[in-house]
Amino acid sequence: MTDFTPTEMMTIAASRELSNDDVCFVGIGAPSAACNVARLTHAPDITLIYESGTVGTKPDVLPLSIGDGELCDTALFTVSVPEMFRYWLQGGRITTGFLGGAQIDRFANLNTTVVGPYDHPKVRLPGGGGAPEIASNCGRIFITMALSKRGFVEKLPFITSMGHGEGGDHRERLGMKTQGPTRVITDLCILEPDAETKELTVVSIHHGVTRDEIVENCGWAIKFADTIIETPVPTETELSVLRDINARTKKAHQGTDKDKEAA
Amino acid sequence: MARILSLAQAVAENVKDGDTVAMEGFTHLIPYAAGHEVIRQGRKDLFLVRMTPDILYDQLIGVGAARGMKFSWGGNPGVGSLHRFRDAVENQWPRPLEIEEHSHAAMANAYEAGATNLPFAMLRGYIGADLPKVNANIKSVTCPFTGEVLAAVPAIRPDVTIIHAQRADRKGNVLLEGIVGVQKEAVLAATRSIVTVEEIVDELNPPSPNSVVLPTWAVTAVVHVPGGAFPSYAHGYYPRSNAFYIAWDEIARDRETFTAWIKENVLDAKPEDFARHAAKSAKAA
Repeated sequence: MTDFTPTEMMTIAASRELSNDDVCFVGIGAPSAACNVARLTHAPDITLIYESGTVGTKPDVLPLSIGDGELCDTALFTVSVPEMFRYWLQGGRITTGFLGGAQIDRFANLNTTVVGPYDHPKVRLPGGGGAPEIASNCGRIFITMALSKRGFVEKLPFITSMGHGEGGDHRERLGMKTQGPTRVITDLCILEPDAETKELTVVSIHHGVTRDEIVENCGWAIKFADTIIETPVPTETELSVLRDINARTKKAHQGTDKDKEAA
Repeated sequence: MARILSLAQAVAENVKDGDTVAMEGFTHLIPYAAGHEVIRQGRKDLFLVRMTPDILYDQLIGVGAARGMKFSWGGNPGVGSLHRFRDAVENQWPRPLEIEEHSHAAMANAYEAGATNLPFAMLRGYIGADLPKVNANIKSVTCPFTGEVLAAVPAIRPDVTIIHAQRADRKGNVLLEGIVGVQKEAVLAATRSIVTVEEIVDELNPPSPNSVVLPTWAVTAVVHVPGGAFPSYAHGYYPRSNAFYIAWDEIARDRETFTAWIKENVLDAKPEDFARHAAKSAKAA
C-alpha cells in the first residue's frame, strides 16, 4: 500500500461522496480540492459551481479564490452574482453544497464568523459569505474539515450557517425542505447525523486510526454507530490525481517571483 | 453623459468625506487604482460597502479612511485573515469600525433592490443563522399570498460606486465581461459612479450581444487606468496575482510593515504605476 497523509485521506474520502449526477456548489479550500479530484477521477460529468457565478467549471489548477480567471475560462457559462444566488441557489437547482468551516458542533452547525462575543470578538473570522443560504437551499450538504478539539466544539460562539440546529426535526420546524448536512468527512473518520436525533455519529474510520484518537480530538463526547466500517484507503489513481493537481496549483499560485512591490 | 477624466479629478469630484462608497468586483476587476487615489486624497469617515472586502478594503481600513463597513465575507481568499480589518474590529486600530454584516445572497439582493429602485430586498435566507440577532438591518416580511416569512434587508444605495472594467468607448459607454459579479447593480444603485478601464477605444465591438454594457448616460466618470485592477485581474488583459495575495498576509500582519507599504506603494505612487505591475503579472503567468 502507498503511504498517504491524513489530509490526503480526507480529501479523497470527500471526493468519493460525489457523483456525475451532482450539481455541486463548491466552497473554497478543502471542498474545492475534493470536488475537483472527483471530477478528475470517478465523476467526470459532475457540474461544479463557484459562487462567483461560474457554472460547470473544469479548472486545471485549484483556484486560490472563488473567482480566479481559470474558473471562468473553463466554465460552461458564467452568470452575475445576483443571478447565481437568486435563480440557481434559491431557485433550488443545486443538489449538493460542499462547505468547510472554522468550527462545527454536534448537530453540524458551522461557525466562520467570530470566536468570543460578536461585539468584542477574541478572533474575527471572515464571516459567512455564501454559506447561510448554501446550507439551507442546496438539496444536501457535505462538510469537510480536520477533526480537532478547537474545531469540533461543545457549543459554538456563533451559528453562521445552520446544520441541524438543536437536532431532531429542527430544520422542518423552521420550514426547510432540504436535507441539510448528511456527511462530515474529517482526516480521521466520517460522520453522519443519527436518523432520529441528528447528532453526528462516527460511521467510518480511516485506516490506522484508533477510536481513542477520535475521542481525544473531538470537543464533545463523540458517539460511534453500532456498525462501523474502515474507510477504503486511497487508490493509486486517486492519490496521483490529488498530488498532481496540488503540485500544479502550488506552482501556479506562487508565480515566478514573489512580487511584493506592487498593488 | 459620462465625462472622461483623470483619476485624481474623478475622485475629487465624486468621493466626499462621509460618503457611502461601494467598490465592487467579485475577485475579478477590483478597482485598486481608484481605491489608492481615495487614500492619497485623504478621504475620511467613509462608510464602505462591498461583498468581499478583500485586500483593497484592508488598505482603506488600515489607513483609517473608514468609519464603517457593510460586507458579507471579510477574508483574503484562499490565504486567511484580513489583518487590518481584524485589528480594527478586535483592537479598534487605527479607529473603531462599525460593521453591518450580511450573507452574500442578502448583499446581492440588496444591490439589486437598489438598482430596481425598491426600498428593500427579500430572500429565503438566514434561516437558523445568528446574523439576524446582531444586525438590526435584517428583518422579515410575510408573503401576502402564501404567508411564508422571508428575510428582508434594506436596499443598498451608495453615494458613489467605483468599479473597474475592460473597455470604454470615447463617449463613455463601458463594457465588462468574464466574472461580472454585482457591478452592474452596484453602479445602477448609486447616485454617482466612477469606472476605471483598461482601454478607451473607438468602438466597443462587444464579442456577444449579451456582454454587460453600461451606457454613458448611466455612468458619471470614466478614467483610463491600464492595470488598475492589479493584483486582482482583468479578463483578457492580465491574470490575478495570487502571489501578491499570498505576500499581503505578511505585509498586513504588522502595523509598521503595513504603514511603510502604504507610504511607498500608495502615498508616494501614481495611477500610472499600475500598468507596470499588471504587465509583470501578465509576464509571470
